Amino acid sequence: MKIRSPDTAPHTLSILVDNEPGILARIAGMFTARGYNIESLTVTDVSEDSSVSRITIVTTGSQNVIEQIITQTERMPPVYRVTDLTELGPHVERDLALVKVAGTGEHRIEALRLADVFRARVVDSTTESFVFEVTGASEKVDSFIELMREVGLVEVARTGVVAIGRGKEAS
Amino acid sequence: MAEKSGSEILVEALVDCGVEIVFGYPGGAVLPIYDTLFGQKKIRHILCRHEQGAAHAAEGYARATGKPGVVLVTSGPGATNAVTGITDALMDSIPMVVITGQVATHLIGTDAFQEADTVGITRHCTKHNYLVKDPDKVGSTIQEAFFIATTGRPGPVVVDIPKDVQVASGTYRKSGPIAHKAYVPRDKPDTKLIEQAVEMLAEAERPIFYTGGGIINAGPGASQMLRELVRLTGAPVTSTLMGLGALPATAPEWLGMLGMHGTYEANMAMNRADLIVAIGARFDDRVTGRLDAFAPEAKKIHIDIDRSSINKNVSVDLPIVGDAGRAMEDMAKIWKAKQHKKRDLGDWWRRIEGWRATRCLDFPEDGDEIMPQRAIRALFEATKDRKPIISTEVGQHQMWAAQHFGFDAPNKWLTSGGLGTMGYGLPAAIGAQIAFPNALVIDIAGEASIQMNIQELGTASQYRLPVKIFILNNEYMGMVRQWQELTYSSRYSESYSDALPDFVALAEAYGWKGIRIEGKQELEPGIGEMLAHDGPVLVDCHVSKLANCFPMIPSGAAHTEMILQANEVSGTMDDEAKALV
Ligand SMILES: Cc1ncc(C[n+]2csc(CCOP(=O)(O)OP(=O)(O)O)c2C)c(N)n1
Ligand SMILES: [Mg+2]
Repeated sequence: MKIRSPDTAPHTLSILVDNEPGILARIAGMFTARGYNIESLTVTDVSEDSSVSRITIVTTGSQNVIEQIITQTERMPPVYRVTDLTELGPHVERDLALVKVAGTGEHRIEALRLADVFRARVVDSTTESFVFEVTGASEKVDSFIELMREVGLVEVARTGVVAIGRGKEAS
Repeated sequence: MAEKSGSEILVEALVDCGVEIVFGYPGGAVLPIYDTLFGQKKIRHILCRHEQGAAHAAEGYARATGKPGVVLVTSGPGATNAVTGITDALMDSIPMVVITGQVATHLIGTDAFQEADTVGITRHCTKHNYLVKDPDKVGSTIQEAFFIATTGRPGPVVVDIPKDVQVASGTYRKSGPIAHKAYVPRDKPDTKLIEQAVEMLAEAERPIFYTGGGIINAGPGASQMLRELVRLTGAPVTSTLMGLGALPATAPEWLGMLGMHGTYEANMAMNRADLIVAIGARFDDRVTGRLDAFAPEAKKIHIDIDRSSINKNVSVDLPIVGDAGRAMEDMAKIWKAKQHKKRDLGDWWRRIEGWRATRCLDFPEDGDEIMPQRAIRALFEATKDRKPIISTEVGQHQMWAAQHFGFDAPNKWLTSGGLGTMGYGLPAAIGAQIAFPNALVIDIAGEASIQMNIQELGTASQYRLPVKIFILNNEYMGMVRQWQELTYSSRYSESYSDALPDFVALAEAYGWKGIRIEGKQELEPGIGEMLAHDGPVLVDCHVSKLANCFPMIPSGAAHTEMILQANEVSGTMDDEAKALV
């Protein structure tokens, strides 16, 4: 007997929650308990009095699974609402990475040249290394990191996706 | 404002939330609360013999009364022992508030004596939970806990209170109606959708109501509305295990329970219907059988208070989020306003009568052995005039009770459906008996299940509760044995109930009356003797050891592939079927 898994697609969910202790464990734990994927997760408080947080989760699943994820999340008492930004359509997604590259000579120059193409900023430098800050859609950050491998990539720190709907309405 | 201790605030808030009964068990981390309880008269504490028993007793109380059940246990082992009951309440949507003691705040995280991460452990088996670190918040948290436990889709809420918070002083103000910032349950169904539902119902040629525990949770009024809708439409009704009693079993429209051990007529009608109106039921795997063969010809309307239940297992044509009672009330109103006439469902009913004619609940009976089905029917006949409350354990006896005992009213049937917890029945019966001291409350049990919370015999003795236990003793974990017979060529691995106690002597040791029933001749007199005794009675009724519960839809099969009788059993199944529960 084989175990089957259905077709899936990535979705970016924006979840507004009461900023109570354990809220992240609650949401993340529900995903694990019900077997949903988490590709990336970010959380910060977003209201003036720090009482509300926005959790941005990139998850994958079939249409049915995504609907389940949304309704299962929405019914948790501390959750205000869940927006599927991918379904909503026009929205902005950003991912930020700090990328450390070490090297001398040609590698160093090439790293700077690529950074320029990606509009990555130098936020730290020594004679043998740079730390670049790159922001953009996840794919752009991915390709920048891939390119840096060839010119002396040392390590990466990355925020994961944050996202918000376009236009004047709240998402 | 006058300051009070956290435990005084707790007790006052419980009283303000309408609590009269608390089921519990003391320990180090709740001593301050127990001391506060000692000096007051408004709340009655029922001392169970195990925290799991306390939690199931609270569930039984809640199921029988419609009010939330309240549990009080100590930290560490007290809380972990309650976890099964909490999970059971979550699965069956039982309103419950569980107060757990916790080690003092400065000790949290130090592996202190009897410390357990109760909030972490119960995060996924509660509707919500809290750790209260400030005595000023004890009162408001309790009020919020009751609000969350009892509104929307009901469920258990845990409030973990460290010992120093119970002792420290704070203030408490009784709040007005609770308005939670994020949690806003949606009771009122969308009228447009209800109109559409009525239209679909008026046009259907082969409609069926598929009802569930949500109707019981929505209160007795919801059962009345179901009866009204059935009167208006003349449509047949089937229900899940949890929904029994919403429509009287004597109603001509009643087809019996559906699903794995449902009736042939209920499952066939679901399979052939052109419209299924699901109300407060959640299309669980025990009900649908093989999903791709489930109700292929039917349009589906799904009314549920929990939006996440809709389109979870089965995708539906018309989802309606709201309270079952209100939705049915609106449907009945609109049906009348639009002056819909009862449609001629004669052809549909003739087909249903054809399925009914298989008499799928009949069972072979010869010799002096008592068939378990016969025992349930005899119990039903002897008690039905007293409108008994029936609880069950889990196994074949539970299914036979669901099939052969007729329920005419809601809140009379207490069973562990979603979690299927052996050991539920006795404490649940105790909880119901506490609420209704004069009612006839019977736990229909198996000889294996009853041993899982047998210690609660002592609770009934202490509070002089006239609970009855009726054990269908087949000397097997019968339901396990039945699956082994059907799936694993009768290799009865560890399913024989060996070394059984002398149940009559055991009952007597606890101050109960014990009765043994061994042959057909003893069945009715034995039941009579049980009913004649006004104290607690345990009946050890020896029944046929190898009887199986039919009809049965084997796991992974369609509704139409029902096994009706023992001679249709092949004894093995393929791996796909074995992998399903
Ligand atoms: C706590 C728990 N453990 C195990 C099971 C699995 N199980 C389901 S039915 C059953 C046998 C029950 O035997 P008994 O109480 O004698 O009832 P019978 O089926 O014989 O009527 C078992 C072990 C369960 N449901 N609950
Ligand atoms: Mg048994």
